[in-house]
Amino acid sequence: MKSQLEIKNAVIRFAGDSGDGIQVTGSMFTHESAMLGHDVSTLPDYPAEIRAPAGTLAGVSSFQLNFSSYEIDTPGDQPEVLVALNPAALRTNIMDLVHGGTIILNSDAFTRAEIQKAGYDNDPLVDSSLSGFKIYPIPISSLTTAAVENTGISRKQAAQCKNMFTLGVVTWLYDRSVDPIKRYIDKRYSGTRPEMAEANKLALQAGYNFADTVELFTGKYHISAAKLPPGTYRRITGNEAATLGVLTAAELSGRPLFYASYPITPASEILHELSRLRHFGVITMQAEDEIAAIGMAIGAAYGGSLGLTGTSGPGMALKSEAIGLAVMTELPVVIINVQRGGPSTGLPTKTEQADLLQAMFGRNGESPVAIVAPATPADCYHMAIEAFRIAVRYMTPVIYLSDGYLANGSEPWRIPAPEELPEIHVDFHQDREAPMPYARDPETLSRPWIIPGTPGLEHRIGGLEKQDISGDVSYNSKNHETMVQLRAGKIQRIAQDIPALSVTGPAKGDLLVLGWGSTYGAIRHATENARKQGLSVASAHLRYLNPWPSNLGEILRCYQRVLLPELNTGQLRMLLRAEFLVDIIGLNKIMGKPFLTLEIEEKINEILGCRTPRLTAQAGH
Amino acid sequence: MNNKQPESGNTNPSNSYSRKDFISNEDVRWCPGCGDYSILAQMQRVMPEICSELGIPRENIVFISGIGCSSRFPYYMNTYGFHTIHGRAPTIATGLAVSRPDLQVWVITGDGDGLSIGANHLIHCLRRNIDIKILLFNNRIYGLTKGQYSPTSELGKKTKSSPMGSMESPINPLYTAMVSEATFVARAIATDSERLQEILLRAARHRGAAFVEILQNCNVFNDGAFASFAEKSVMEERTLILKDGCPLVFGKKRDKVLKLRGGTHGLEFEIARLDDVPPHKRVMHNEISGNNYLARLLATLDETSLPVPLGVFQSIDRPHYGQKLREQIQVAREQSGSGNLDKHLHSADTWTVS
Repeated sequence: MKSQLEIKNAVIRFAGDSGDGIQVTGSMFTHESAMLGHDVSTLPDYPAEIRAPAGTLAGVSSFQLNFSSYEIDTPGDQPEVLVALNPAALRTNIMDLVHGGTIILNSDAFTRAEIQKAGYDNDPLVDSSLSGFKIYPIPISSLTTAAVENTGISRKQAAQCKNMFTLGVVTWLYDRSVDPIKRYIDKRYSGTRPEMAEANKLALQAGYNFADTVELFTGKYHISAAKLPPGTYRRITGNEAATLGVLTAAELSGRPLFYASYPITPASEILHELSRLRHFGVITMQAEDEIAAIGMAIGAAYGGSLGLTGTSGPGMALKSEAIGLAVMTELPVVIINVQRGGPSTGLPTKTEQADLLQAMFGRNGESPVAIVAPATPADCYHMAIEAFRIAVRYMTPVIYLSDGYLANGSEPWRIPAPEELPEIHVDFHQDREAPMPYARDPETLSRPWIIPGTPGLEHRIGGLEKQDISGDVSYNSKNHETMVQLRAGKIQRIAQDIPALSVTGPAKGDLLVLGWGSTYGAIRHATENARKQGLSVASAHLRYLNPWPSNLGEILRCYQRVLLPELNTGQLRMLLRAEFLVDIIGLNKIMGKPFLTLEIEEKINEILGCRTPRLTAQAGH
Repeated sequence: MNNKQPESGNTNPSNSYSRKDFISNEDVRWCPGCGDYSILAQMQRVMPEICSELGIPRENIVFISGIGCSSRFPYYMNTYGFHTIHGRAPTIATGLAVSRPDLQVWVITGDGDGLSIGANHLIHCLRRNIDIKILLFNNRIYGLTKGQYSPTSELGKKTKSSPMGSMESPINPLYTAMVSEATFVARAIATDSERLQEILLRAARHRGAAFVEILQNCNVFNDGAFASFAEKSVMEERTLILKDGCPLVFGKKRDKVLKLRGGTHGLEFEIARLDDVPPHKRVMHNEISGNNYLARLLATLDETSLPVPLGVFQSIDRPHYGQKLREQIQVAREQSGSGNLDKHLHSADTWTVS
């Protein structure tokens, strides 16, 4: 009888060739974890090439999952278990594994050729390089082939099932049932490829049985369900959440959703997901280019729809002139930018936060827009609704800054009840007695939304400067200055309509760690740890970047020091220093990867003159 | 989803208007003598007929333009109008027309706006057969930027930016539209008032993307660009008015005909006397044929040696993008029911925490 150890959380990373089905394996295990009531947080990482040469370091794909019995904020700094399906996957991931961690290997893949392809001089299973770890070599390829040989599928298809065998092993290791995964497999291949469903289930069961039978593992681990707030949950990625958010905004406003986009990593899933919503009357168009995509969205907004486009950095650069048109014509479009590493084509599949200044200033002329940024994958839902709420209330383009980490990462999402959702009012202007397209609402400074088809209000708009109130073309210099100030003032008025910035931790103290976007989890976790050490450290997270909450300046002045970790060279820091004259300290990482909690903790300790807590985490189990 | 537009409150249920109803308060600011004046006048004259015949109220007419002299056009029409950015009018018109099938959307563009900076969009909105009417004012020059060669300027054209002559072959607007699968393609001369009105009316009636090239003289930077065939005195002799189901007859005395000839260097047109070609050997113009290579050939005639065809080259009945989209929405609703948000939010695997 093997022992069973109760643990609180586990961080596991699956790694293999990009053809090995790593992302599917990771998603399925995450899905099962979420269904078991764990809190989950994930970090998928895959190459930009669809299929880099098999077995090479460039072709390695990985998926990290943190699942726990308590609320977690990050996918975990260092995995405790690494599943490596070939030598290249071992080589590219071993440095992240905690000291003493567990490695499950596909020993069939450790042939001389594969080992050399991964750049090892010697077989790492034979030399002493892995001596600090618990290694479990399993002939996964051959056991999988044997398990599925009676299904009649081809050798190639049989090889594709080895990720399910692996999943079976891991499912045993964490004391779970394979039944939910079998149901998932049935759903995935529902009716279309019954032989593959059968083979996958056989491989899964074989992996489970293997782990159960063979005296390989000394014991298994059990993690209880997390105590999340009551409600109905589903697992969600940031891109899925954004999709559901914009759909919700359309339903709340009673206006149709129009999405135009040009395929681009890592934003394409939004186009895919929205294209499946024809029954909601959602219109999606795959545009001929990035410029056309925003042009179409602007045209739809002009006609009274919720105009939306989505892209990533290079596409944002192309859209900038058209965003300026939406600024000038004061039309409510939302532009989703799922940021990735730049400049230029940059790192298409890696995350970065380096498009903030582009969002703020990346247009000709004085061209202010509203900017929002979700903090977690689930928050992508809420902030997508916010983007449209602000856009239609203030008649302005809104840029929604997500990033690759949020877009592909996932976590449990409590599905909101209808009554929890905000209201979005849309009133088209129809008063013929007041045919002034640029007359402004005194409270919001927004102009009326007058859509074609409204009798008696025929008028012309465009990119040329507008005469205040009438909206006629005007080259008057005094009027231009007035209009520049009105457009800027309108964006600033949004501050009256967004929540104040809240602080976690002491309201006054030694250090505030401020963040924006996807750094939320790591900052929150790091500052909690710092407080547990007895340090006077608070955290705050900006989800509204233009304008920012009106109490931001006040909060910055409540702390001796302010630290701002960003996945760029310090873009928000530059803006805040200029605005508030506060000497903010930066922590900047530009490696295409999210922060580790530890990196932020070390910086906190450095600033506060404490000893560094630990350089390498120890294995939790 | 609620797709209701504002109450029409239409005070003019028969949609009867006069030319004056389409003249805006804006002073027209094209150069004196510009060909654009005539195009504007013909559009304002024909609009009442378009509205009454098609049952469209004025407020449902929208003119969308890019940048250039031609793109000032929407300011002068008393309808809804949107003066957008250089080359992108087709994209904005696409978003509007697809989301608002109740509107009649016109795009006003020029040779620079539509065939240089915006050529990509032009091609794709024609290919998609979006229900918009595109009028391309072709003066073969950049006017608003004061006289550089345009993508339709002839090879060797001397301009400020090509003092020794343009080294670029011009793009052919009609042929480009045809190979882009445009369903309606026509050409008119700006000053040829009645025929221009007829073409505008035909374009308005067309369901799908309509493309009209309007040859328009820029008397400041490219005066006389079309004089060799557009001047009243030579027009009958030098142009060929296309008529559906009729042979390719032209000439002051209507005594000449275009004849197709095959030979060692391929297929080409030659001019013959009408009497010399027996009726059964005459090539007939056919607007509605979807695979009409004749129309493509006619779009590429050498204007120095052959007559310049005017009128409707093709007018093909094919479902437009908006129709197909609405069909998909209907099918999706039949299959899945009209979308229910709460149900959709719960449509993945869920679990409950109590």
